[in-house]
Amino acid sequence: MADTKVIHIPFDKETAESLKAGDCVLLSGTVYTARDAAHKRMAETIQKGHPLPFDLTNNVIYYMGPSPAAPGRIIGSAGPTTAGRMDSYTPDLLNRGLIGMIGKGRRSEAVKQSMIQNKAVYFTAVGGAGALLCERIKECRVMAYEDLGPEAIYQLKVENFPAIVVMDCHGNDLYQTAGQRYKIDCEG
Amino acid sequence: MREVNVKRLTDCVKEMCIEATHCLTPDMCEALHRAAGAEESETGRQILCQLLENLQIAKENHVPICQDTGMAVVFLEIGQDVHLVGGDLTQAVNEGVRQGYVEGYLRKSVVDDPLLRKNTGDNTPAVIHTEIVPGETVHITVAPKGFGSENKSRLFMLTPADGTQGVKQAILTAVKEAGPNACPPLVVGVGLGGTVEQCALLAKKALLRKVGQSSSLAHIKALEEETLEAINATGIGPGGLGGRITALAVHINTYPTHIAGLPVAVNICCHVNRHVEREV
Repeated sequence: MADTKVIHIPFDKETAESLKAGDCVLLSGTVYTARDAAHKRMAETIQKGHPLPFDLTNNVIYYMGPSPAAPGRIIGSAGPTTAGRMDSYTPDLLNRGLIGMIGKGRRSEAVKQSMIQNKAVYFTAVGGAGALLCERIKECRVMAYEDLGPEAIYQLKVENFPAIVVMDCHGNDLYQTAGQRYKIDCEG
Repeated sequence: MREVNVKRLTDCVKEMCIEATHCLTPDMCEALHRAAGAEESETGRQILCQLLENLQIAKENHVPICQDTGMAVVFLEIGQDVHLVGGDLTQAVNEGVRQGYVEGYLRKSVVDDPLLRKNTGDNTPAVIHTEIVPGETVHITVAPKGFGSENKSRLFMLTPADGTQGVKQAILTAVKEAGPNACPPLVVGVGLGGTVEQCALLAKKALLRKVGQSSSLAHIKALEEETLEAINATGIGPGGLGGRITALAVHINTYPTHIAGLPVAVNICCHVNRHVEREV
C-alpha cells in the first residue's frame, strides 16, 4: 500500500484536489455523523429555509450510526454504513460546502459529477470493523436530532482514523478500477 | 411430555443476542484467517488483517464487532413432546431480544412501520421462525442480521429451462450488484426450489451452516464450488477494493419445487456472519 497521508478535518479545496483515489489516509479532526433519517431531516430543514445543525463548509460527514457506549466508553462500535442510500441528498449538500464523506459502497453518477464540480472527496473505512474504528474516536456528543437515536447527528473528534480515498474530485473511482486487476474471465 | 418455561427462552435469547454480536463462531474466524493467508492483493490482505484485529478488539473490549447489530432473527425448533408454559412464546422471545439489546448496549435498528419509520427503541420485534420437530427439547438459533448485506439479497423466479447455469448466473448477478456495499468477503446463502417464501427461508438457513461445509448432495456441492470460484473471479475482493477473496463460501439449500418453476433466493451476508445455537 502507498504511503499514508495525514489529513486534518476540516480541509480546503486545495487539499481535496491533492487527494487521489487509492490514497491511504489517516483522518484527524471533527466529523459529523448522518445517515438515512438525519439526511431526510436535513433536506426538510433546507426546504423550509432553516439553518442546518452544523456548517457544511469544508466539513466531512461520516455515514454511521454507532452502537450505544457502554459505561466508561466514549462510543460503541462505529463503522461505516452504505453511502449509496444517501446519494439522492448528497449533491445538494456538496453544493452547500460539504467537502468529504466517509462511508462504504458505490456512489451514483450524480454524486460523482457533483464531487468533480465541487471538488469533494469520498473516503471508505473498512465496513464491519466498528470495534477497531471506534478506538480512533476520542470525543462524541449528540449535535442534533437526538430523538432519532442511533440516527442522530453526532459530532465526533477522530484521531488517525484509517481510510482510503475511493472517489476523488478528478472523477476516479477505486471501486471501478481496483477489481479489474484481479478479475478472471471464466464466466460462460 | 416435558415442560419448558418460556422464561428460560427469554434468558437464552438475551444472552445469545449479546454473544452473537461480540464473538464470531470459530469456523468464521478460521475462514477469515485462511482468507488473509490466501489473498493476493496487498490492500485486500490489509483489510482482512484489520477485520481479524477488529474481532480481537471486539472480544477484548467487549464492543460489538459491527455497529449494525442487526435485526434479530430467531429460529426455534420445538420438540413435539415439549409443553411450553409460563407465558406467551412470542412475547418471551421478544423480551429476550429487548433485554439483550438494551442491557448489552447493542444498536436498536428496528422501525415500527416500514413507511412511518419510528424506531421501536429496543430492537423488537424479532423475526421468529418456529418449526415443530420430533423430540422434547427446544433448539434456539439467534442470527442478528445486518442490513448492509440484507439489502443486497435477491429473489429470482427462474424457469426450469434456465437450469444450473441460470442458477449460477443469478447468484453471480446478486453478488456483482452487491459489490463493495455488502462488506465482502461474503457468505452467500442460497435457497433453491420450494415456493417464494420457502425459498427465501432456505437461503437464510443456508447462512447458518458451518462456513464452507458443503451440501450433502453431490450435484449441489459441485454447484457451490463452481459458483464460489466464479464469485472469486470477479475481482471485487475484500472491502470491494480488489482481490481474490470476494466470498468465503456459497451454501445452497434445496427443496422440491413445482414443475413450472425454479425459484432462487440469494441471501447475502457480510463477513460478520453471526449465529449462535443453544438447546433447552
